[in-house]
Amino acid sequence: MSTGVAEKTQKTVGGIRRKFAPWTDPKAVPLIRYQNVTKRFGSFTAVEDLSLDIYEREFFALLGPSGCGKTTLMRMLAGFEEPTSGRITLAGQDLVGTPPYKRPVNMMFQSYALFPHMSVWDNIAFGLKQDGVAKDATAARVEEMLKLVKLEQFARRKPHQLSGGQRQRVALARSLAKRPKVLLLDEPLGALDKKLREETQFELMDIQMELGMTFLIVTHDQEEAMTVADRIAVMNHGKLVQVAPPAVIYEQPASRYVADFVGDVNLIEGKVESNAGGLVRVHAAAADMSLTIAQDIQAQPGDAAWIAVRPEKVRIDLDPPADRSVNCVSGTIWDIGYLGDLSIYHVELADGSRIKAAKPNLTRMVERPISWDDKVWISWSPDAGVVLTS
Amino acid sequence: MRKGLSLFNLSSLVLGFTFLYLPIVLLVIYSFNASRLVTVWAGFSTEWYWKLLENDQLLDAAWVTLRVAFISATVATVLGTMGAIALTRYGRFPGRMLFSGMIYAPLVMPEVITGLSLLLLFVAVNFDRGFWTITLAHITFTMCFVSVVVQSRLVTFDRSLEEAALDLGCPPLKTFFIITLPIILPAVVSGWMLAFTLSLDDLVIASFTTGPGATTLPMRIYSQVRLGVTPEINAVCTILIAIVTVVVVIASVVTKRQEMERQRAERLAAAG
Repeated sequence: MSTGVAEKTQKTVGGIRRKFAPWTDPKAVPLIRYQNVTKRFGSFTAVEDLSLDIYEREFFALLGPSGCGKTTLMRMLAGFEEPTSGRITLAGQDLVGTPPYKRPVNMMFQSYALFPHMSVWDNIAFGLKQDGVAKDATAARVEEMLKLVKLEQFARRKPHQLSGGQRQRVALARSLAKRPKVLLLDEPLGALDKKLREETQFELMDIQMELGMTFLIVTHDQEEAMTVADRIAVMNHGKLVQVAPPAVIYEQPASRYVADFVGDVNLIEGKVESNAGGLVRVHAAAADMSLTIAQDIQAQPGDAAWIAVRPEKVRIDLDPPADRSVNCVSGTIWDIGYLGDLSIYHVELADGSRIKAAKPNLTRMVERPISWDDKVWISWSPDAGVVLTS
Repeated sequence: MRKGLSLFNLSSLVLGFTFLYLPIVLLVIYSFNASRLVTVWAGFSTEWYWKLLENDQLLDAAWVTLRVAFISATVATVLGTMGAIALTRYGRFPGRMLFSGMIYAPLVMPEVITGLSLLLLFVAVNFDRGFWTITLAHITFTMCFVSVVVQSRLVTFDRSLEEAALDLGCPPLKTFFIITLPIILPAVVSGWMLAFTLSLDDLVIASFTTGPGATTLPMRIYSQVRLGVTPEINAVCTILIAIVTVVVVIASVVTKRQEMERQRAERLAAAG
């Protein structure tokens, strides 16, 4: 694909994406419904009393550490695992008890699971042949799929004659060939290197828009989930912690777990002092001072609270900020992480706790004005952080 | 590390291989002996091989042996493969350890005991002994060898291949025949060949389970040798060695190929 075409598609994609939010529409009917689903393996509970709605044409990501139950949740939709209790419906039809080979969903496997004794062409045609699709229709669909993943030249090759990236495309084409109602992607890009992975993420989004299909992706890579998904479900210990669009997950995490799992964060422990008029004042033990956060929450004075501030929202200066309405704390530079695009300053406060501040390196200066052991002021505005009560 | 062979290594090598192969080499050489006396060399001749063609007893025995080997290897391969699948797939049924132990036990069971117990069984159920009892006995003892060979292949088999087939709409039994079996076929084939050669040269179990009219080649050779070794026996043994060698070589080449193919694919994957 030429860059020109990629950009154009990207723009249309962005345009549609902004308006796409069926989960906010109470009249919208979900395509996939997990209702009070529990799955136990012996004494281990992989998924616990979980309910989740996924809408048509949505690109939905299940995000969480390994062992959090995200893969089990997906495999229950594919039919490889049956829930211990609860219902899973797809387009109103109860799926529980339906074997995998009769479900209108297809899966792209983490290992790709390409049939080693079949050519690329036969791999892609496999599902269509099982459905008894006519020969010419199969051929047409396979050609279309090969074109979609740009592998027309490789139709006659065997999987072991392909590179990792090409195999990944064959796996994608094979799982798309039957035009399933839902495509399940199990860590689809885990085996690719970083550059290729980023490219492929955008291609996945393009393909999803082009085919107008519902995609459900399982990943432990938060950047991947943020890039591709319309909504993300963060999971932990078999439960949903938060289900929301990427920006909400990042900017308004529901709990310390989400704030910490997605992206980098400073967590400052304290007690709520006052909560009125959309301004919450929290007394932070570490800095022995009151911090102000502009946020509407249900919290009473005296409640335990944590302030979560992302490092890139923390300003770092050698002089105290002129604007006294911002939260500011002084400290000394304990360590500096130079990443090229950013420098991460670890600032030690009076009580020994540390706060990270990220600063973009806007000039080509090699010697930065702020150095080790410097006394600095860190500050952030009331709308930069969030107060978390759990 | 020294590259050349030390005197000690060289002599152990020579002694070891001499010990292993000298008797066989002698047997092969003497099968081409022109003399009737086995121990006296009287020039090269293929006379005994031609004589063999007129020896109906030996030919009959050879035919019985081949039929027994073919049938028992085939049935043992089917059963052994099924056993291997059950043991690798249904991981946690109660008594799994017992079952896998029981599959391996016949590998180390003295043949005399296997033969005797089978004989007792056939007598107890009043089964007419002969061709079919030998075949059944051979199925029993070669099955576990097949099972072990196939099991070692199944352990490294990526189950998501089967899941992918199911996911794409292929029912389980069909998945086995068009996905699983073609991929594990080299192991199944070498299992068959192993079973075939084991059946071919078995004397003890066949002697226990045979009946009138069913004499295998090893049994025939053994009974003739007791009346004195004839060059004909040398000739028939040479042919037997040739068959076994060919089958074993094919089996190991197939396994080796499969292994190389797998390693090549892995290298490509790593490079890819």
